[in-house]
Amino acid sequence: MEAYTALRQFADSWGLLFMALFFVGTVLFAFRPGSRKSADEAARIPLKDD
Amino acid sequence: MRFGTEIVLVSLAAFAALAAAGLAQDSAFQAHMWVLFFVLLGSAIVLMRNTSFAPADAASIPLRRDTDGYMDGPVRYGVIATTVWGIVGFLVGVVVALQLAYPDLNIEPWFNFGRTRPLHTSAVVFAFGGNALIATSFYVVQRTCRARLFGGNLAWFVFWGYQLFIVMAATGYLLGITQSREYAEPEWYVDLFLTVVWVAYLIVFLGTIFRRKEPHIYVANWFYLSFIVTIAMLHVVNNLAVPVSPFGSRSYSLFAGVQDALTQWWYGHNAVGFFLTAGFLGMMYYFIPKQANRPVYSYRLSIIHFWALIFLYIWAGPHHLHYTALPDWAQTLGMVFSIMLWMPSWGGMINGLMTLSGAWDKLRTDPIIRMMVLAVAFYGMSTFEGPLMSIKAVNSLSHYTDWTIGHVHSGALGWVGMITFGALYYLVPKLWNRERLYSLRLVTWHFWLATLGIVVYAAVMWVSGIQQGLMWREYDDQGFLVYSFAETVAAMHPYYVVRALGGVLFLLGGLVMAYNLAMTILGHERKEAPIGGAVAQPAPSLQSAG
Repeated sequence: MEAYTALRQFADSWGLLFMALFFVGTVLFAFRPGSRKSADEAARIPLKDD
Repeated sequence: MRFGTEIVLVSLAAFAALAAAGLAQDSAFQAHMWVLFFVLLGSAIVLMRNTSFAPADAASIPLRRDTDGYMDGPVRYGVIATTVWGIVGFLVGVVVALQLAYPDLNIEPWFNFGRTRPLHTSAVVFAFGGNALIATSFYVVQRTCRARLFGGNLAWFVFWGYQLFIVMAATGYLLGITQSREYAEPEWYVDLFLTVVWVAYLIVFLGTIFRRKEPHIYVANWFYLSFIVTIAMLHVVNNLAVPVSPFGSRSYSLFAGVQDALTQWWYGHNAVGFFLTAGFLGMMYYFIPKQANRPVYSYRLSIIHFWALIFLYIWAGPHHLHYTALPDWAQTLGMVFSIMLWMPSWGGMINGLMTLSGAWDKLRTDPIIRMMVLAVAFYGMSTFEGPLMSIKAVNSLSHYTDWTIGHVHSGALGWVGMITFGALYYLVPKLWNRERLYSLRLVTWHFWLATLGIVVYAAVMWVSGIQQGLMWREYDDQGFLVYSFAETVAAMHPYYVVRALGGVLFLLGGLVMAYNLAMTILGHERKEAPIGGAVAQPAPSLQSAG
C-alpha cells in the first residue's frame, strides 16, 4: 500500500477515534464531580495579583 | 560592561550582511542585504553609545525598570511597538484601499498594490498583532505564574529580533522579494531568522511556566502556549523550501501542485486560528476578568473552549480550496470541521460576555470594558460568519469576492483590534505607574470612531461582495456570461471609496489612542467629568444640619 493511502486510512480510523475519545475525556474531566471548587479557585488566579 | 556581547554580535552580523550584499546573486537580494546592513549598523552604534563600563544598573533607565520583581521592560517596549506598528498598518491599509478605488495611486515599482498589500497584511497581523501578543503574553504569564520571565535578556532578544524580522519582511515586499505564499511572503533567509526568534520566545514562555509559584497553569497561558507552539509548527512546515543560492533571494517550495496549495492554506487558516484567535483569546481570558474585576464566568467552559478549538481548527484549512483540484473528501472535511468550529466560537463568546453578568452597569461607565465587550461580540459574529462561508454552496457565491475581505476585517478590526486596544488601555497606566489614563473621554472617541469604521467597512464589503459574486455567475438565456470581468471591477468603485472611508475612521481612532497613551506615559491627566455623571452623593444628613 502506498504511503498516502496508508496514512489516510490511519487518520480516518484510529487517528479520528483517538482524538474523539481524547476530547470526550477532557469534557468528562472538566465536569467531573468536585471539579467546581478547583475551577473556581483557578478562575481567581488573575485577581490575586496586583 | 553593558551590552558587551550584544555589540560584538550585532557588529558581526552587520559585517555578514555587508559580505552577503557583496556576494549577492540578484539585485533584490543585494538591496535587501544593504537594508539589513544599515539597520544592524545603526543598532550597533546605538548600543555602543549607550554602553557603560560601570556595573550594570538597570534601574537608571526608566523604560527598563522592573516592577515587583517582574521583567516589564520588554512589555513596555512591546506596548509602544504595538501602537506604532498599528498606526503604520492601518495607514497602509487606507493607502491600499485607495489604490483599489483609484488605480493611479499605484506608484511603480515599489508601491504597486501587489507589493503594498502584503505590507498591509503583515503590518497589521504580524507587526501590530504579533507585538501585542508577545507583550501581553510576557505580562500575563508573569502575573498568573507569579514568576519572573525566564532566560534573562533572552526576552529582549525576542523583542528586538522580532522587530528586525518585521523590518526585513516589510522592506523585502517593497523590493519585490516574495515567495508568494499568503501571510508567509518573506523569503527563506527571513523565515530562518524568524524561526530562531520564535524558538527563543518559546523558551522564555515555557521556562517561565516551569518556574511558576502558582500550582495551576491559568487558562490564558494555555491559549498563549498553543499559539506559540502551533505557529512554530506551521511556520516551519509551510516554509520548507530550497534556496536557489545561499546569496540569492529566490527559493522553491518543497511541495508541488495541490499539495503545495493545501500546505499553504493549512498554514494560512491556522495562522487565523492560532495567531489571530487562540493568542487573542489568551488576552481575553486575562484582561476582561481584570478590567471587570470578576473571575471568568465558567472556568470549566474555558477548558472545553480550549480543547475544542485545538482539535477542530487545525482541520479547517481546506475550505479555502473549495472547487479546486483538491480531492473532494478533503474539501468536505474542511467544511465539516469549519462548521463544528461554532462550538468553541459560542463557548468563548458566552464565557467572555457572561463574565460581566452582574456588572453590566460597567458598560455605561467604563469605555475600556465596552471595547472588550465589542471585541467579544465581533469574535462571536465573525466566527459565526466564517463557518457559514465555508459551506460549499455559500462558498460558491462568496469565494474570491469582497465578502471574504469584509469577513476578515470584521474579525481583524472588530475582534483582534478591539481586544488589543482594550488590553493596551489597561496596561499603560499599570506599566508606567499612573493613577489612570490621560483621558477616558478620548477612549470613548476611539471606541465610536473604530466601531463606526468597522460597521461601514463590513457592511460595504457585504454589498460589494455579494453583488460581485452574483455578477460573475449571471448567465443569459443563451448560456453566455452577462458581464465581462472588467465590468464587475468597474461596478465596485463606489464601494471601494466608502470602504476607504471606513478605514480612515478606524485609523483616526488609532491616532486618538496613540495620543492618549503617549500623554498617559508622559504623566499627564486631563481634567474631565467622570463618564456616566458624577458619583451620586449621599443626601446631607438632617441631624448634622440641625
